[in-house]
Amino acid sequence: MHIVACVKQTPDSAALITVADGRVGWGDAAMVVNPWDEYAIEEAIRLKEKHGGRATAITMGPERARDALKSCIAMGCDGGVLVADAALAGSDARATARVLAAAIQKLGDVDVVIFGKQAIDGDSGIVPLAVARLLGWSPLSYVLQISALDAGARTIEVARLLEEGRQLCSAQLPVVISVVRDINEPRYPTFAGIRRAGTAQIPIWNLGDLGLDELQVGAAAVTVAWQAVRAPASRAGAVEILAGDSVAATVSMLADRLQAEKLT
Amino acid sequence: MTQQDIWVYIDQHQGAAMSASWETLGAACELSTLLQAEVTALVFGVNAEAIAREALAYGASAAICCDDATLADFRVEPFASLLASLVAARQPRAVIAPATARVRELIATAAIDAGTTVMADAIGLEVQGDAVQVTRPVYAGKLLCTVSGVGAQPLFITLRPRAFPKPAVQVAQFPDAIEHVQAVIAEDALRVKVTGYDTVAGQVSLTDASIIVSGGRGVGGPDGFAPVRELATVLGGAMGASRAAVDAGWVPYAHQVGQTGKTVAPDLYVACGISGAIQHQAGMRTSKIIVAINKDREAPIFSLAKYGVVGDLFEVLPALSTEMRKRLGR
Repeated sequence: MHIVACVKQTPDSAALITVADGRVGWGDAAMVVNPWDEYAIEEAIRLKEKHGGRATAITMGPERARDALKSCIAMGCDGGVLVADAALAGSDARATARVLAAAIQKLGDVDVVIFGKQAIDGDSGIVPLAVARLLGWSPLSYVLQISALDAGARTIEVARLLEEGRQLCSAQLPVVISVVRDINEPRYPTFAGIRRAGTAQIPIWNLGDLGLDELQVGAAAVTVAWQAVRAPASRAGAVEILAGDSVAATVSMLADRLQAEKLT
Repeated sequence: MTQQDIWVYIDQHQGAAMSASWETLGAACELSTLLQAEVTALVFGVNAEAIAREALAYGASAAICCDDATLADFRVEPFASLLASLVAARQPRAVIAPATARVRELIATAAIDAGTTVMADAIGLEVQGDAVQVTRPVYAGKLLCTVSGVGAQPLFITLRPRAFPKPAVQVAQFPDAIEHVQAVIAEDALRVKVTGYDTVAGQVSLTDASIIVSGGRGVGGPDGFAPVRELATVLGGAMGASRAAVDAGWVPYAHQVGQTGKTVAPDLYVACGISGAIQHQAGMRTSKIIVAINKDREAPIFSLAKYGVVGDLFEVLPALSTEMRKRLGR
């Protein structure tokens, strides 16, 4: 089995995100592996451990995104591929999916691709579906359990988390999965893993390596453009602290407010 | 049918439309007035024709429906291929859909077939000149971003549930404007099979809920959720939880509100024993009225709240449940 985890480097979820002159900033907050992707990495490693084969992490991003791949290797992935090219700047979800699909095809022998549900910066969750469609592979999103995987018969059974509960599905490999956080508890890197990550050779693939040209990606191929970014209006007014002489009096004040707001 | 048509995809589960579908239809009708377009509803799956009639009553001018055995359960491939083939043949100006889990998958996939991508999770829709501008939260709602489509048609837009009002039912203008179309993929060609559902009966969906009562670290344990659940029941709402409570194993992940859980926007959000970490705020900050009940007056949740009670939730919640039960006659 060859399992691929697709990851993105994002600002830490605790970062204070600001906008100045239309540019998004996150101060000195650390760049981390997108938190949702940690579950994808863990699941890729678990599938490899259970069924044999290898787990590879792929990311598209600037040179600094190499650190995200090192985190994946430190957790237990066998290797990583960084897709970096100046022409990729400004790529939308479709261009990103094209690049990732091309990288997965270049690896050649991939059976399962795993994504986190969405990235915590763009927050759209589009890329896993777009990659599946471009590859012509079955999409299985919001997976919270892989209940069976038969490498010989090339089948997989999963539970997906939808609004109404769990939808149980079976599918033929190859598949593109996105996972939610209920699926596992991501492991911490081991000392040996961190040492391996430190010395790992991480290849950089550019557009030429993937057989793509500059007009298919980046700003040149944008179909959805970010026009402007702004901070949301802060929530109006200070809190009204309700404090009566007794608990009963306090809750009565609160109940009055709720009814006045026509909330109940 | 003209090129100016705006299509609305009506999400449904087991023969019943999701409330967010009607919110989407209402928003699309407002947009269509500005763009002088007609709104066509698309309904796929079980009971499609009856749902299409409802869509006509909620303001659609026409409906296209497809009720086929391959569409009995939601799967991306047959739904997306049908939508994409209709889009390719008829070239609508925009396809607008509610951002439920299923529809996010469907629209992301169909958009790729159309050579474009999605403006996901819109909380605002505007027309500037001739162009549609979409406002959507990014960075977990810490920022708002305005996006627009470039070049490729149609626009694919998903709307965040509860961000737009649900329209009133009217007398349908064209009660018989329902067209039936055929599915485009046969069962043999489908590689994903739905083998079942594992649903909890009577569970209120957090995404749809107009009232949510949530518990956090302050509830102290699984039993501590009893008063939280009781107040949710009395108010007819759903029960949520913070990541701390879910990580501790006190309640299942399906209840988690926040950056790595559900994003919700109820009319009333009651946060009980929740400090209000930035990641939790990301999931609930667009709630209309926030009430915080916490022992610690310094907890960040009070800076989002309209009303606050500084006190022990094990005293406040049962008293509030009793009071509300009395007032509501429940």
